[in-house]
Amino acid sequence: MSIIEIKSLIKTFGKIQAVRDIDLNIEKGEIFGLLGPNGAGKTTTIGMLCTIICPTSGSAKLAGFDIVKNPAAVRRQVGIVFQDPTLDTVLTGHENLELHARLYGVPAKQREKRITEMLELVDLKGRSNDITRTYSGGMRRRLELARGLLHKPAVLFLDEPTLGLDPQTRARTWDYIKKMAQKEQTTVVLTTHYMEEAQLVCDRVGIIDQGKIMALDAPDNLKESMGGDLVVIRAKEPPLQKIQNLPYVKEVKLNDGAVEITLKDAHLHLPELLSIIPHVECVETRMPTLNDVFIKLTGHDIRKDSPEDSGSWVDSVARYRQRGK
Amino acid sequence: MSDNRLQKELMGIYALWWREFIVFRREKSRIVSSIVQPLMWLFLFGSGVGASINISDINYRDYIYPGILTMSVLFGSVFFGLYIVWDRKLDVLKAVLVAPVSRLSIFMGKVLGGCTDVTLQILILFIFSFLFPSVNPWGIPLALLFLLITSIALVSLGLAIGSMLESLEGFQVVSTFVVFPLFFLSGALFPVDNKLPLWLQSLVKLNPLTYAVDGVRGALLNVSTFPFYIDFGVITFFAVIMFLLGSVLFSRMK
Repeated sequence: MSIIEIKSLIKTFGKIQAVRDIDLNIEKGEIFGLLGPNGAGKTTTIGMLCTIICPTSGSAKLAGFDIVKNPAAVRRQVGIVFQDPTLDTVLTGHENLELHARLYGVPAKQREKRITEMLELVDLKGRSNDITRTYSGGMRRRLELARGLLHKPAVLFLDEPTLGLDPQTRARTWDYIKKMAQKEQTTVVLTTHYMEEAQLVCDRVGIIDQGKIMALDAPDNLKESMGGDLVVIRAKEPPLQKIQNLPYVKEVKLNDGAVEITLKDAHLHLPELLSIIPHVECVETRMPTLNDVFIKLTGHDIRKDSPEDSGSWVDSVARYRQRGK
Repeated sequence: MSDNRLQKELMGIYALWWREFIVFRREKSRIVSSIVQPLMWLFLFGSGVGASINISDINYRDYIYPGILTMSVLFGSVFFGLYIVWDRKLDVLKAVLVAPVSRLSIFMGKVLGGCTDVTLQILILFIFSFLFPSVNPWGIPLALLFLLITSIALVSLGLAIGSMLESLEGFQVVSTFVVFPLFFLSGALFPVDNKLPLWLQSLVKLNPLTYAVDGVRGALLNVSTFPFYIDFGVITFFAVIMFLLGSVLFSRMK
């Protein structure tokens, strides 16, 4: 059953087309990731589904309610964690949840029980009477997750839930998201540009670029569509034809003196591959990532705008390959 | 609107009022300064000028007591309203604005919260009224009513301006071009009579706050320039207009 049905959704801001004709169904209970670079239209799409932004044309239904015709009903069905922190930092953790419960009309009888439940779920019970100004970035995010789920929404939207957190906290935040989605049986729709993180959490992802959905599938299927693993070898005189003739090799490319070999199950075939190439200088193997899928689909790197993530060799290979084109 | 819907909106209004009340209680230094500042006006400025000046046979310090009460309402209310610029900057409002509660309810919650803050400050200032021999304590309830209506008007005005301001730099501008003219032209510090130069007299009479000061002065000191019904009518009309203006601008706020 689809909890969200999007039909030809379009949003333009002046001359800029932020979202161009998106069709998408999101199933009940799944964790769905909307992946794309900054400015791809992720936040705008989520904004329309939460009834914060009015679509230029097209329609969408959330839990059976039309986002344009019945925004009030839609709002009751969604929980939102924004990209930037929106906690009331003058209030304590408990008070933040209490305020939210009242705004969402959680009946007084259930309120306290529900708040305690959520605080326990995000391990903030012990700090719940401290002013949230004193919380760390990770704790604030967790409290926001608790707040987003407090009124038992049908869909929880998370806009870049791990942005601005250090890598360790990011991993923990994802653990919480998975745990909570499972426990509360909530559909989660998230946006992120951290591809590696998305592929660990999401049941399905939609890759979005320049306001359009470029691909839509389970992360593993998308990676499989890349055709296999990649082995990059530097050698003096690589026997290209011989490599090409191996049964498991799909593609061989020469790129700036390095041989790029796309093949199945690199970990099994690497010894044989190396045995037929004389004078190997260095070898790198890598499994395809969603970032590779993204580059293949769009022709550019998802992180070209975020230098904060540079550094790993995977990224540098990606960038290096991109330049080669 | 069904009962259930109405109930949810009322709960939303209450939620925002509750939030403002907690914030008010927590910021003790703000409460102290909002009490000390008017007391300084009364005892440092008022006693100084009062040493040589009486107005309508009332000592100057006592004479400005109603005006300084109104000033407290003016500063407290407008700046409370303007504070949403800061809330927006910190995205505190964002989570509130996406809740299934109408903008009008959020606005009303804010107005109620601001009026509560200001009223509590005023009640504390009323405790000191025994230090002003000319003040009639039986006039306090009526004075409070005037100040409450004034507060509704001015919190709404603050929220209206705050909804339009993009940045905190606007604070100073509003302070200079809205708050201080409203204060100096309200007759808080001098009587509104024919001794005033004509240009000043006209400006003072155009200022709605003049009628608040006059009403409070009438209630507490039994001295007033305008009849009661004019004071009450003008200030109530001002409050209604400001409330409507504020709710419209607040609803349009991005």
